[in-house]
This record gives sequence, C-alpha cells and structure tokens, in this order.
Amino acid sequence: MTGFPWLTVLVFLPLIGAIVIFAVKDASVRLLALGITVADFLISLPLWWLFDASSGQMQFVESARWIPALSINYKLGLDGISLPLIIMTTILMPLCILISWHAIETRVRSFMAMLLIMEGAMIGVFCALDFVLFYVFWEAMLIPMYLLIGVWGGPNRIYAAIKFFLYTLAGSVLLLVGILVLYFQGGHTFDILQLSQNSYGMALQIWLFFAFFAAFAVKVPMFPFHTWLPDAHVEAPTAGSVILASVLLKMGTYGFVRFSLPMLPDASRLFTPLMVALSIVAIIYGAYMALAQADLKKLIAYSSVSHMGFVTLGLFMFNIQGIEGAVMQMVNHGITTGGLFLCVGMIYERTHSRQIADNIGLTKPMPRYATFLVIFALSSLGLPGTNSFVGEFMVLVGTFLWSKIAAALASLGIILAAAYLLWMIQRVAFGVPADHALPKLRDLNLRETVTLVPLVVLIFLIGLFPNPMLTRMHASVEKVIARVVPLPQDETSALNQRAPSSMQPRLTANVGLTISQVSVPTPRFSEIATKEHRP
Amino acid sequence: MTFVVGDLFLILPELLVITAACVIFVLDPVLHGPSKDSLVWLSLGTLAICMGLTASQVSAPTMVFSGLVVIDAYGAFWKLLLYFVTGLTILLSYSYHKEERLYFGEYYGFILLALTGMMVMVSAADLLTIYLGTELMSLSLYVMAGLKRAEPRSLEASAKYFVLGAFSSGILLYGISLLYGATGSTRLSEIATAIASQGVNDPLLLFSTILLAVGFSFKLAVVPFHMWTPDVYQGAPTSVTAFMAVASKAASFGAFLRVFIEGLGGLKADWSAIFLLLCIATLLIGNIVALVQTNVKRMLAYSSIAHAGYALIGVVAAGRMEGSSGIASVLLYLALYTFMTFGAFAIVAMLRKGSIEGDEIEDFTGLSKRHPLAALLMLVFMVSLAGIPPTAGFVGKLYIFKSAVEAGMTWLAALALIFAAISAYFYLRLVMVMYMREPSDYSETAPHMVMSPTLSIVLACTVAGVVIFGVYPNPLINFAMQAVLTLK
Repeated sequence: MTGFPWLTVLVFLPLIGAIVIFAVKDASVRLLALGITVADFLISLPLWWLFDASSGQMQFVESARWIPALSINYKLGLDGISLPLIIMTTILMPLCILISWHAIETRVRSFMAMLLIMEGAMIGVFCALDFVLFYVFWEAMLIPMYLLIGVWGGPNRIYAAIKFFLYTLAGSVLLLVGILVLYFQGGHTFDILQLSQNSYGMALQIWLFFAFFAAFAVKVPMFPFHTWLPDAHVEAPTAGSVILASVLLKMGTYGFVRFSLPMLPDASRLFTPLMVALSIVAIIYGAYMALAQADLKKLIAYSSVSHMGFVTLGLFMFNIQGIEGAVMQMVNHGITTGGLFLCVGMIYERTHSRQIADNIGLTKPMPRYATFLVIFALSSLGLPGTNSFVGEFMVLVGTFLWSKIAAALASLGIILAAAYLLWMIQRVAFGVPADHALPKLRDLNLRETVTLVPLVVLIFLIGLFPNPMLTRMHASVEKVIARVVPLPQDETSALNQRAPSSMQPRLTANVGLTISQVSVPTPRFSEIATKEHRP
Repeated sequence: MTFVVGDLFLILPELLVITAACVIFVLDPVLHGPSKDSLVWLSLGTLAICMGLTASQVSAPTMVFSGLVVIDAYGAFWKLLLYFVTGLTILLSYSYHKEERLYFGEYYGFILLALTGMMVMVSAADLLTIYLGTELMSLSLYVMAGLKRAEPRSLEASAKYFVLGAFSSGILLYGISLLYGATGSTRLSEIATAIASQGVNDPLLLFSTILLAVGFSFKLAVVPFHMWTPDVYQGAPTSVTAFMAVASKAASFGAFLRVFIEGLGGLKADWSAIFLLLCIATLLIGNIVALVQTNVKRMLAYSSIAHAGYALIGVVAAGRMEGSSGIASVLLYLALYTFMTFGAFAIVAMLRKGSIEGDEIEDFTGLSKRHPLAALLMLVFMVSLAGIPPTAGFVGKLYIFKSAVEAGMTWLAALALIFAAISAYFYLRLVMVMYMREPSDYSETAPHMVMSPTLSIVLACTVAGVVIFGVYPNPLINFAMQAVLTLK
C-alpha cells in the first residue's frame, strides 16, 4: 500500500519521544511529553474520517519484511474494531500526562518516558497484523507498566507490581505457544488475516482456545483471574491506573474479538456457555465487591471487573448487537473509568487519602469537581444519554436474543452498579462528615478542568450520537460474525425455532434473526431500540 | 598421515593466538608497572587480526591435517563469537583487575591459551582433537579461576573446577575410547560411516554415546552434572566467570553439536531422548533454584544453567526432525545469550563495595538513584535474560520454541515457557531492588559503580547487541543458518 504511513508514525512517534525526552532540559520534560501525545492524537484524528466505513477490510495497511528467516513481517493495519480503540488511546494519553503534571515529582523524565513507551506499545497492539509483532507489543508493555506501578506507586507497590507482572506474563506464555502452533498448522505464516481464514481441527481449536484464553482472560481480567487488578489499581499512580483500566484491559477483550473468535470459531461456539457464565459471575461478583469497598480506587477497580464482564458477555453472543455493544463498551469503559480514576487522583492530591470516609461532602468546597465526578459516575452506571447506556444496552439486547435468563442476570449488574455508584456519590459528593466540618479544599484548576472536559464531551457525544462509531465498526463486526457463525441454511425455519431444546440450534436461530433484520442497512441505534420494544 | 605445509595457513588464526600467548608469557616478567598494559593491546590486536582471517574462512568445509581439523563456516561462526567474547573479557579484566589489584600479565596469556583450546574444539573433526582442545581450554580456566590467591573462595573454585573437570574429561575420554572400539575410528566422518553401515543396535555404541553425553554435559553445566557451576562461578574472579559462562559454554556447544550431528547423527533417536530428559531437568533445577539465591553471581550461574537448558531444546528438536533449523536455533541462542549474560556479569564485576565486589542482591539496592545508566543497562540485560521482547533474549527463545513446535514437541515449548515465566521472577527481583528500593546507605563504603573507558566499551557492545539483535536479528540468523549448512 502506498500513502502516508499513518500507523507507523502513530506507534513510533511516542517511542522516539521516549528517547528524545532524555535529551531535553528538566523544565521542558512535561511539555515535551504533552506535545508528543497531543501530536499523536492529532495524527490519529484524521483516520476517523479517512476510514472507509463501508469496508470490513483492514485499512491503512503497511507491510514490510522484518525477519524473513522466521517469516515474521512488520504488518500494521486497522479496521472498524481497532479504530475506536486507537483513538481512545491517543485521547487518553495527553490526559495522563496532564494528571501527572504535579502528582509526579520524582524521576519525572523516566515517568514520562514510560508513559510514552506504553502509548507506542498499546497502539501497536491494536494495529498489529502479524502475530509475532502483536506479541512483541503485547509483552513490551509489561516492563514499563511494572516500573510505573513499582517505582511511582503507593506503599504496597512492590507487591502489586510483581503480582501484575507475573499474572500477565504467566498468562501470555501459552499465547506464544499457541501462536507457534498456529504458524505450523495455518500454512507457515504469522499473518493474522491469513490465519483467520484457515480452518483448524476441533481438538486443536480447543487447545488453542485455552492458550489464548489464559492470556486474554488474565488481561481483561475475567473472573477468577481478576485478583491482580485491585492491587495494581490501588498502588499504581493515577496515570498508571488510567492506562490500566482504560487501555490495558481492552487488550484482553480485543484479543478475544480479533483472534479467538475468527481463528477458533468452533471452539468459541463450544465454550460460549463457559464464557457467558464467567462473564455473568464477573458482572455480579465485581459489583458486589464494589459495594463493599471503602477505598475509591478499589471500588472503581471492582466496577471495572463488573463492566468488563459485559464486554466479554457481548462478544460471545455472536450477534451484531452483542459484539458492537461490546466494542462500544470497551471504548465507553475506557472513557468513563478513565474519568473516574482521574477524579480519584485529583482528590488524592488534595486529601492524600482515597478512603471514602476521608472524602465526604465535596460538593461544597469543590463544586466543579463534584459535577465531574457525578457525570462520570452516572455514565458508569449507564444513565440514558451517556455513552455506557448505549453499549450496555446493546450488549443486553444481544444477550436477550441468546438467553433471557442470562440477560436478566446481567441486568442485575446494572442495578448493582447504580447501587454502588450512587452510594459512593451520596457520600463523597453530598455527604456530611461525621464532625460536621466540611473540608477546605481548592477546587479544580484550569489544568485539571482541561483534563476532564474532553472525557465529558465524549460521554455525551457517544451517548447521544453513537451512530458514527457504530457505522464504522459495522462491516468489521459482520466479518467477525460471518467467520464465527456459518450462515444458516434456512433462515425462516431457524426463526421459527424459538423454543429450542439444545444450545446449538438456538444459537443459529439468533443469528438468523440478526442477519435477517440488521444486515442490509447499517444499524441505527433507534432501530435496535425499537426491536427491544417489539412484543 | 602426510603433512602439508599449506594446511598451516588455514590454521593461521590458531597459530597466531598461541604465539601471542607465548609472547605474553615471555614478556610478562620483563615488563613492569604501566608498561604491562601493552600486553592487553597485544592480545586485542591479535584478536582483531584473527577476526579478519576467520571472516575470510566462512566457506565450504576444507579438511586440514588429514581430517583432524576442518575449516568451515560452522567453525567460523563459533570462532568469531569467541573472539568477540575474549575481546570483551580482556577489556573487562583490564578495569576489573585494577580494582581487585590483580596484576598478573600471564592472565592474558591464559585467556589466549583458553581461546586456542576453544578454537580447536569448534573446528576439530576428530574426537581426539576435540579432547585436546577441551583440555587446553579447561586447564587454562582452572588457573584463571584461582587467580585471586588471597581469597579462599577463589582457590576453592579452582580446586573444585579442576577435580570435577578432570573427572568429566575422564568420562569423555572413556566414551571416545569405547566409540573407537565400536566403530574403529575417532574421525567423526568415519564414525558416521561406520554407524550407517553397521546399524545402531550395538550396545557398546549406545554406551559410548551416553558417556560422551555425560562428558559434554559437565562442560555445558547441564543438570545433573552442574554441581560445580554455582561454586565456581561465585568463587572465580568475575571477569573469569563471565568468560566461563559465555565462551566456554559456546565452545562446548560448538564441539558438542559437531560430535552429535556429524559423528553420531545416526543415533539421533537415542541421544535426543537422553537430552530431552537432561533438558527438562536443567530447566527445572536452573530456574527453580535461581529463585532463592541471594548472591547475584550465583543467581547468574543458575541462570546460565537454565539457558543451557533452553539451548538443549533446540538440540532435542534437531534430533527429532530433518532440516537444520533446530541447530541454527541453538547457534543463534548462544550468540544472543552471549550479549546479555556478559553484560550482566560486567555490571556485577564493576559494582564495588569498598575494596570488594558488591555481588549480593542487596548491594544493588537503589542503584537506579546512584547510577541510573548502570541500572538501566542491568534492566535491559535482565529483561533480555527473561526473554521479554523486544530484546535479543526473546528472539532467541522464539526461534528455539519454533523449532520445538516444528519437531512436534509443543508440550516442551509450553513447559519451557512456563519456566521462562518463573525465571522472570528472579530477574525482575533484581530490577525491583534497583528501582523500587531506596538506597539505605550513602556512606563511602556503600556499593557504587566504578566506570572506566574499557568497561564502557564492554557495556556499549553488549547492550547494543541485546537491543539491535532484539529488533533486527536478521544478520545473525542468516549467519547461523549458513553456518549449520556446512555441518553434515
């Protein structure tokens, strides 16, 4: 492909920046880091409009031979699934720099370098089209993140850092074996697109599914592999928490939708009940745990477990609503939870405590802060009009088509989310401290406001106008679905089987429904909504 | 046996190195004080010339001295690697010995003698020549290990190394003699022919293969023949440890692969089963025992044992399939292993605590505050040893595991990767100590890095290798592939 190497620039600009930053004066370190991330964002922005939404193909593809002896290529490209994630990443990174402006005072240079390396690697993960290249980016993130938590983290940071590192590394070793096995089974290539077109035997698919599952489920994190997450979140500096929650977790779910589903469709279908069960457990368990937390960061960490449960649930529905909702929810969770973590970071800078009990009644001293906090919390609990409503709703519609019981159980998560978030808001924003003395705190300054405003804008933009994003991902999601669910022979007969006895026919039935109703025009959010209300 | 004068030109590098060694032995008593530095430059100059000579020998096999020695691309690969390591060792020793107040000119002579032995090992085509090379290398290393005469640990290392080394040489020699009995020759090519013609079911043949495997396992420090490694690595001067961990291992692998592929290639099925067991044991013991070490040199010793285990995966894979990618992966792995291990030892050598070495893990506490650059380099080496991309260690592991999967041993690749994940813990513990703990002691005796120009060269070379070959390993891979093609 000819043309401007958008993706290479996106990946390598921050990486080069991470080196250059060691050559500038102390005073300009923060500015340079901000400049690089903003530049990266500005470069990523045109992709949104240059992207051809009608095509499910990879776009902006760049390909070069990298290690020919091992048939490894340097191949980048993006489709409708990775595009929103990349732009979300480039939006969040300048905010991470801004929030660390004064919060990080020691070894600022190295800190900023780590953030920049993370940015390059994260964008690389989302647009790598060679499996080894993907793995390189995937693993390259471990060390910077380990250092971010371990060097700039809280009191228990060393434990949290090593726990994070070992969990994710142990998860991804089997991924590498899976990649190598696929290489030999899939025609001696590491090309992701090519590997996604081959078909593999059932036994092999099952093995590979578990190898991939180990890597992705730890990253998401799915229940019961989530135990590293609260520790890592609590100890990480604010920027680290934001990156972890907003981007790193998405890599797990991205892995499922990019690799597990298209490459291992039969195994994915076979293990749908397991994945659904784990997702629902994560939704409810995460929400219950969040209810019980006294530490704000822990509360949000457990709410992440719960929200990511919706994403995995939607992905394994294999219908348009489910998967689009899931991808949507990946972006939404990144924005909303990122915003919540930023808020917690700001209050921690003032009161040096993340305990809810120490931060009660902030509306009076910090009205602007409280407004932002309430908006993020309401978005997180899925208030209509905000972004999360769209995503969660679509996931639930998709789930409803698959199983009413599963949808009902998952809906519990939304109710519980309302419970723990509103309760948190009630105390933190509107509560009255035990000694009736409201804390005297400085409200948000310009820098902090600038950090939060873009996210609030996005919350309402996506919440009210989800279609631009949905249309861009539609063709790509359809491609995934076409891979994972073979077209039913007889749509009408499938439609009539509304009371199936086994899992398999029911699944086919749902897809029949999806394709017959949605595939021809691009789905409008309104259409999906009406479908729900149809008797 | 006829003697052809032309053959001498082909072994010119060996002759040059051994001449330089002799010149050093003669000059050392004559020179005094700073003029002893000229011995360093003499050694380095010799290596540079040899490098040029050997680079021109990357070619199809040429038999020398009626088939006792063979000059080919395979040998050239190892020799170039060995020159590189020897050069680094000399540079490191130059600063290290100043700190340790070890003023022995003959030390450089012994390094060159050991190098000669190694060069003979990797280009020998006859078991007796290999044995000769092994002994020359080992005897020089015994002396070098005991160089710190005032330190009991160093002497213990030397004695231990000598006793166990002699023992293993005995086993090797016994294997060679039995193999001679079974096949009627010590020439590798003739052994291969004999095995091909008389079949592989001779118990004597099998027994001699086992003995050879055991003998080489001692040299390679493969479990359960690794017992000497931690004590010797810890006791020996760190410059010598680095040399042993890298060069002696590389040369032993060079000779070992040639013997088992060229000579005993017909017994692939038998020896690959033996090495499979040794490989798993090595990975297990090396990685697990390293977890509990408190001394960095000991930890790196176990790490080097574990890395021999990873390289053995490639050997097992080579024994289980046709094609040369298994052996090429071993060559690549050891070449990449050189950079990271040597770099790590170089940092350990120059971390001083008062007048002695700071080789406890505790001594690295807060190094990133005092010497950010040294800590960063150590971080890169540790990450590479743990096999995390984008470093050389990852590329090496990728190639090894790829050949394992190609040979149908996916389970072995999975097992080895799990051990790699375990090993990340002890490598990262050092990173944790350097970056996440505050230095407790700011006094004069606190551990500090002693930087010097020669050390800078060593660190620059090694870290460049780790990073560049981690991102762009093509030249090295191609060379390794070209080298194994000359193995029959």
